[in-house]
Amino acid sequence: MSTIDPAGPYARSVTGLWWVMLGGAALLSLLVFVLLALAFRRRPDGDGVANPRLWIGWLGLAMPGAVLLPLLGYALVIGARTLPVPAEDAVAIDVVARRYAWDFGYPGGRRTRDVLHIPAGRPVDLEITATDVIHSLWVPRLAGKMDAIPGQTNRLRIEADAPGTYQGECAEYCGTGHGNHGFVVVAHDAAGWAAFIGERAR
Amino acid sequence: MKALQLHHELTAIWRTEPGWRGHLRSVNHSDIGKRFIVAAFVFFAIGGVLAMLIRAQLATPRSAFVGPEVYNQLFTMHGSIMMFLFAIPMFEGLTMYLLPKMLGARDLAFPRLSALGWWCYLFGGTIIVLAMLAGVAPNAGWFLYPPLSGRTYTPGINSDVWLLGVTFVEISAMCAAIEIAVSILKLRAPGMRLDRMPIFAWYMLATAGMMIFGFPPLILGSILLEVERAFGWPFFDPALGGSPLLWQHLFWLFGHPEVYIIFLPAAGAVSTILPVMARARLLGYGAIIAAIMALAFLSFGLWVHHMFTTGIPHMALGFFSAASALVAVPTAVQIFAWLGTLWSGRPQMKLPMLYLIGFFIVFVLGGLTGVMLAMVPFDAQAHDTAFVTAHLHYVLVGGFVFPMLAAAYYWLPHVTGRQRVMRIGEAAFWLIFIGFNLTFFMMHLTGLLGMPRRIDTYPEGMGWTALNLLSSIGGFLQAFGFALFLIDVVLQIGLGRVHRRNPWGATTLEWAMATPAPAYNFASLATVTDREPLSTQPDLGVRLARGEGLLAVARNGWRETMVIDMTTGAPEHVAILPGNSWLPITTAAMLGGFFLSMLAGLYAVAPLFLPMVAWLGWRWAWTNGYHEDVGPLDAGHGYRLPPSFEAERTTGWWGSVLALGASATLFTALLFGYAFLWTIAPNWPPPRLIAPSLAVPALASAGAALSVVTARQGRIAAALGGQAAIVVALVLLLWWAPAPTGHAYAATSAAIAAYGIFHAGTAMLILAFVAARARAGFHSPARSGEVRIARLWSDHGAAAGAFCAILLVVPGWLA
Repeated sequence: MSTIDPAGPYARSVTGLWWVMLGGAALLSLLVFVLLALAFRRRPDGDGVANPRLWIGWLGLAMPGAVLLPLLGYALVIGARTLPVPAEDAVAIDVVARRYAWDFGYPGGRRTRDVLHIPAGRPVDLEITATDVIHSLWVPRLAGKMDAIPGQTNRLRIEADAPGTYQGECAEYCGTGHGNHGFVVVAHDAAGWAAFIGERAR
Repeated sequence: MKALQLHHELTAIWRTEPGWRGHLRSVNHSDIGKRFIVAAFVFFAIGGVLAMLIRAQLATPRSAFVGPEVYNQLFTMHGSIMMFLFAIPMFEGLTMYLLPKMLGARDLAFPRLSALGWWCYLFGGTIIVLAMLAGVAPNAGWFLYPPLSGRTYTPGINSDVWLLGVTFVEISAMCAAIEIAVSILKLRAPGMRLDRMPIFAWYMLATAGMMIFGFPPLILGSILLEVERAFGWPFFDPALGGSPLLWQHLFWLFGHPEVYIIFLPAAGAVSTILPVMARARLLGYGAIIAAIMALAFLSFGLWVHHMFTTGIPHMALGFFSAASALVAVPTAVQIFAWLGTLWSGRPQMKLPMLYLIGFFIVFVLGGLTGVMLAMVPFDAQAHDTAFVTAHLHYVLVGGFVFPMLAAAYYWLPHVTGRQRVMRIGEAAFWLIFIGFNLTFFMMHLTGLLGMPRRIDTYPEGMGWTALNLLSSIGGFLQAFGFALFLIDVVLQIGLGRVHRRNPWGATTLEWAMATPAPAYNFASLATVTDREPLSTQPDLGVRLARGEGLLAVARNGWRETMVIDMTTGAPEHVAILPGNSWLPITTAAMLGGFFLSMLAGLYAVAPLFLPMVAWLGWRWAWTNGYHEDVGPLDAGHGYRLPPSFEAERTTGWWGSVLALGASATLFTALLFGYAFLWTIAPNWPPPRLIAPSLAVPALASAGAALSVVTARQGRIAAALGGQAAIVVALVLLLWWAPAPTGHAYAATSAAIAAYGIFHAGTAMLILAFVAARARAGFHSPARSGEVRIARLWSDHGAAAGAFCAILLVVPGWLA
């Protein structure tokens, strides 16, 4: 269930973003704490008035600006890469969330409950809605989350690198069963997937 | 001797009467402020106990301590209490107590309004807590998302408790916002130009402005959701053209400014205390003011970052992501201005400074995780996990609780007149600081490991077990720390040594008086020539007490304070403030009756309370004013100033402008909802539109024009008739419209018409009041302030009514 142990390209790009931001945050907080500590060092008599241009202009305005703009660009690019743009090999699966189950419908008409089958190594576009209250579909190791909202359909692209099983959960508070509103994702190899949706394996 | 005589005379005018009766009738800002602070701390303790229960439940996997039904009430109530019953009332109390003293005034602009706010807060908070004790507390989260909070999935009164209780408390917040804004703009010491105001006043001016524009969307949302629950108008039901997302927009349109509304007063306290601790002037006064304004402005443009995973298009998210990240810049300006201030001086590690260091460390970490969460892809992973819980506690506890603890230790000597003797405060700090970080630093990790928020149990083997146990241990350490803090405060009040004036060597006016503060604050009012009056005139307090300032007189039993020109600080007129009164508590009781009957489902009884409220409002306004011309008053130092009932623009006029601004904001949010549903929601267009009549908009527009024109000519009866025509037109429109229960279109249209009817009806009441006052001899060419105020309300009713009538028939025309 860990977001920092990614098992797919979308989750992995966010993990990379996380480590970069953690490094930056560590440096910035170190800077502030050092400046704070140094203010208490013994001085014969105060440094006089600090230079506002340095403190407010450079440190307060320029520095955060210089940090934030590249970060925003980086995050925007990563975000754009996770969008469900048309793709040759993408599989569309529809998802209906309700209290307290997940129903999945596959190409070819097959349906499952609380187990989501996907092909490994191919993008999967989930078309998510809900029938009662708001839920949110989340498979931490594969991608970010997407809300399941009654009356509208949201799309989320997920992908697993390799065959295996992954835990999914409901991330939006949905009532007394919210804590147990999970599901399992099973990623198949090409042959397994073909068998699952009933294509003849060639 | 002059000083003592003046003290006795002014005390007789300003004091709160002894005994229970005096307690219930008091309107004094020091009293009301202290009550707010004490009550907010009590609610903080209740919210803290709930937090302990939450941490007890989560300490171990598969816990059987409480079931999910109780657990859901626990976290909903913890959030709601801390936000609505602790944080906002706490800074309101601090501000009510401090502001007039800092500004060199004797009281706030509308003393009875503060008292009304206090009673509404007390009654509303009591309703919410009693509901919890009865086991019917709100349980749909403090954010109350429909459909979960709607009638189908929460059939009991749980959600109604939240909607009605919080809205009741919100009345108090709106009163406080208008009160604070007008007091800062108009009730300052002569000579206190805008650029000489204490920085705390700037912070509070921005906060009050944000409340005036930030709260109405939530009040609107609460009204709509309550109407949906009670009467089945489908605003949020997608099957009938509503949208659950509309609630989220309205809620976060309030909810994000809300966190800055909570942070700014605390930052104002930091900007006030820190320079005193550093023995230096605040660095970058102007830059900080610019940063405050930027923060206030930006905070309204990033509510969508709470909705990154609701399926909003990526480019729109990019805009809100950028706005969310940019809000870090004005915050950084303040952080580095404070650091620069510390570098300028020779800071002393006194107790308030220790808590400020805690604030620095915790708040900076929270700000950094905030920037992380502003990044859309990262938020898609972290949203609704313990990581966000950690972030919000870092910014709110770091950005509000630590500064408030510093403020408590800094201003307690002012409230009690005593200094602390025992050194428990340091131990309390370390317990709170270590406990806090242990609790919430771990939660960042728990969240990254995939633990969602608001789950009542979790299995073993997820990697969450040890982290949760550490968080729970930290939580209990914090609880001990807060208990120590409470003990320390009680000891200081009971055993502290009496201190000399101005023990910290501060430079703001609140220290230019005896402590504890006398009921009238200043025996005479200071004239301010710079930003730090006590550094240039250290003996100012004594001279004011001797009556060497302005208004050094007790006349006619009037509570007098100075009203100045907003920008130049030149004396303008003398405000005659109302004294102790039964009206606030009785009005709050009637409002309480309305909310309680709504809660009980007695929809036939509830409206009966509203005429009572209107009647009390009439009585309330009737006590103002004067029945003869007085002429200019001697204000001392050669100033001759008119009393407020002969002034051009009274504080009441400014208060009305702000109240109508808040109302217009609510209306704008309603129009946003109308357009939002029309374009976004499923199941549109509606089955039947409002008929494209000509008569309705024509009648409403004619009434509006009549009212606007005749109000200016002083023909009050004709103006009243114009407003009545608007009411008739809109009632007819509703009569012919499709039933509001059938579709969200009909429901929003009815809500818009109801807004127009309400304001035209209010205008009728006010115009009737003015006519009655004129007959009773309260008006003369010199005393025409009330007519001007009435015109504001009447014009607003006319514009809103005509606009509603035209807007509602347009879709029918276009179809």
